[in-house]
Amino acid sequence: MARPPIDESLLIERFGPHPKYEPPGGWQSEAQNPAQSLVKTHCCFCGQQCGIQLKVRDNQVIGFEPWEEFPFNRGMLCPKGVKRYMQSTHPDRLLSPLTRDERDDSGFRTANWDEALAFSAGRLREIQTRYGKDAVAVYGGASLTTEKSYLLGKFARVALGTRHIDYNGRLCMVSAGTAYKLVFGVDRSPNPWSDIPLADVMIIAGSNTAECSPITTDYVWRFKDRGGKLIVVDPRMTPITRNADLYLPVRPGTDLALFLAMMHVIVRDGLENRAFIKEHTVGFDAVAESAKAWDPLRAGRITGVPPDAIEKAAQWFATAPRGFALHARGLEHHSKGVENVLSLINLCVATGNIGREGAGCVMITGQGNGQGGREHGQKCDQLPGQRSINDPEARKHVARVWGIEPDEIPQAGYPAVEIIEAIHRGEIKGLLSICFNPLVSLPDANFTREALEKLEFFGVIDFFMSETAHYADVILAGSLHEEEEGVSCNVEGRVIHIEQAVTPPGDARLDSQIICDLARHLGRGQYFNFREPREIFDELREASRGGHADYYGITYEKIDRQMGVFWPCPSEEHPGTPRLFEGARTFHPDGKAHFQVTEYRESGDPISEQYPIYLTTGRVISQYLSGTQTRRIGALVDQYPEPRVEIHPRLATEHGIADNDWVTVTTRRSAITVQAMVVRTIRPDTVFIPYHWAGSRSANLLTHRTVDPRSHIPEYKVSACNIRRSQQLRAHP
Amino acid sequence: MQYTQIATVTGSPITRYGFFIDPSRCIGCESCVNACAECETHRGYSLIHVDFIDRQNTTATVPMVCMHCNRPTCAEVCPADAIKKTDDGVVQSALKPRCIACSNCVLACPFGIPKMKSELEQMMKCDMCYDRTSAGKRPMCATVCPSQALAYVPLDEIGKTRREKPVNTFLFGNEKVTTKVFMMVPEGVDAINVDITDFMWEPNYEESRTR
Repeated sequence: MARPPIDESLLIERFGPHPKYEPPGGWQSEAQNPAQSLVKTHCCFCGQQCGIQLKVRDNQVIGFEPWEEFPFNRGMLCPKGVKRYMQSTHPDRLLSPLTRDERDDSGFRTANWDEALAFSAGRLREIQTRYGKDAVAVYGGASLTTEKSYLLGKFARVALGTRHIDYNGRLCMVSAGTAYKLVFGVDRSPNPWSDIPLADVMIIAGSNTAECSPITTDYVWRFKDRGGKLIVVDPRMTPITRNADLYLPVRPGTDLALFLAMMHVIVRDGLENRAFIKEHTVGFDAVAESAKAWDPLRAGRITGVPPDAIEKAAQWFATAPRGFALHARGLEHHSKGVENVLSLINLCVATGNIGREGAGCVMITGQGNGQGGREHGQKCDQLPGQRSINDPEARKHVARVWGIEPDEIPQAGYPAVEIIEAIHRGEIKGLLSICFNPLVSLPDANFTREALEKLEFFGVIDFFMSETAHYADVILAGSLHEEEEGVSCNVEGRVIHIEQAVTPPGDARLDSQIICDLARHLGRGQYFNFREPREIFDELREASRGGHADYYGITYEKIDRQMGVFWPCPSEEHPGTPRLFEGARTFHPDGKAHFQVTEYRESGDPISEQYPIYLTTGRVISQYLSGTQTRRIGALVDQYPEPRVEIHPRLATEHGIADNDWVTVTTRRSAITVQAMVVRTIRPDTVFIPYHWAGSRSANLLTHRTVDPRSHIPEYKVSACNIRRSQQLRAHP
Repeated sequence: MQYTQIATVTGSPITRYGFFIDPSRCIGCESCVNACAECETHRGYSLIHVDFIDRQNTTATVPMVCMHCNRPTCAEVCPADAIKKTDDGVVQSALKPRCIACSNCVLACPFGIPKMKSELEQMMKCDMCYDRTSAGKRPMCATVCPSQALAYVPLDEIGKTRREKPVNTFLFGNEKVTTKVFMMVPEGVDAINVDITDFMWEPNYEESRTR
């Protein structure tokens, strides 16, 4: 039974999060003691992966300078990018390995590396000997470089020999990835972002673009400057909605009905692109048939969108010379997330909008290396190069690169949510986690807490002590984004180069070194003889060779020369592939787009008399994911200090709630009390709470563990709740 | 383009560029505010702000930088003659040795820009990142702005890429203010009317005032 070694408030006092407001030496220090170098690298937050230059002095990051030459963001940054340098030289930074010690005032004592590594390896092996190899699991993260992601996948399968490795990207874009594989045979945004301004009609569905992928806003506004018509689908009027030509305020969990009805209108009015469908697709007739039942009136009743607006959206999109669809977590975080995305892609394929300049559909991946982190083997069912772990040829290729027999590679394991459930029921006893804060980010946080308490061994590699790490037996002090070289892949499929700006402080080590050292302590060091990230990348290039996500022709130097290389890039002479499906040729063996029939169903936590209101969760501009980094940066904390619940005035009035009142939001799992933000920009049947915080105001105490059966993504975007004004807490303005 | 050029010297990089504010593009992210505080001449202090106009009713937001008036009211009301305009049209913060921290400028500015830093006993305001712009760089805020609601681009470029048009004439009743910074407005608008009296018919007003 592993509980935090001491009271959690004391752990927070010692390890933070503490907000940091000033650069090393204070605001004025740079004037006297200027930066010694400017390092061209990228922001560590979010899938946009903006280019940025870090100012470095005496092995410390002291500020930033925009990098205007990098083509994706041309110097632009959101506030997280502007303040990202503040995570460096942070007082909360873990500087040496720690082991749990209840007698120590801080709950943990400093350990030396050999001791911490030997202890971790020993405990993992003991558990495996006693309960079997699959009794330990590995959690990875999509903010890691691609080298670390690759290494972690290899570590789980070769060093530990467990089939259970998955990552927090499971909470991000896996529904879209699954859908794109079904329709196109590959998981990547097919169009480069430079296509966005060239479209004529654009649907943005389930994406708070302005706050969650801020740089994309400029691409959308340039599309508007060219006269493009913008259709926005969202239960909240987010900032981009102000410039929408058509806004469809869809009820949470009903996007699928909306898109089926748009298909209905297209088929009814004969607006589909017959020639394109005949030549480049299969399966349209079944999709057309399934849409027959979805007339706009029926869909209107379910979605809360006026039927004539549905008609108009379908007509605009189908008759546009170049149609484009952008979508994000709002479609994907559902127990029918894959179907939601499929039904939107079906609209694009039916109208011939794929593989052309300014025409296509793209997923807005959210996590820093959301794309690269899922391509090379930390996903439970994938091997490097986006290969299936069930494919005998793939296993043979990867086993050869790894120097093992194909049979030694374990089969597919559990996805992230199922891993925590297996821990809870006692099937998995040991966990090694890097770059993942499941206590904040997984749904149903009380359940996650119970699971963590049951672990017989829990090892964490991280640079700050996350709330989840409170439960750890060992914490291995790893490296920040600016401390380790590598690559990541941005939202467009552009592989970019992360530079090492500084070395890890104190006794902290490179993440890749820690993983290799741990492999050595497990007696598998011969497979992990990497001296630097470049050597890992070179092996990754071989392992990915011939796969869909083929990195073989990519080198660090080529990335620097070309300002990024889009995969697939099969040879050193190959320039990379900014746009997939040119000539409408997909990655399926028949080269065609495969229409997918979708079926509407209720969400996994339906509203009822007791819980009559929809709860939807999401993000704010100044915070990133579970906040392990951004809740430590003062300027970002001040911008949105605490989670608040957005409530429409009509709903607020019904419950006697005024702006700033404390409101208790209750679901079938739990209840939290947060302050109200009474706004006319959310549907009156829905409330919204951002999820970045831990503790008693954590939105994920309220969410439920229903997952999509194919993508295994949790349904963060719809829970059933009720609200009441808190009697205990009084409003303060 | 129709707008008024106010810079008096040529050759400065600042005269080839225009600074444009387009509230319709603003997403309220405050990247500009955060980046302003990173500017080397006043690190730790942001000199600009984003207005959340009425969050209960709209997500509309407006970023505000100094408009750099042709005839800066702040300088005209300064009893210590501490506020100077450069030859290339940029109105500077109050000169530290002269500023008496009286706040006349704070009260007089028609756009609500200057801030009195009481701990420094000095008025500080946006100087269009003069250290950067005079050296040919772009100002911090407009460089990072992810929606390009703040844009610093060559004067002849904005008309080619945007639907809105730039305006730098503001009418406060009978007071006409022209500025170096432009506000992007819908086609057909030549000046921004701020006062209701601009829309009223008062044929005898001037007469009654002089009587």
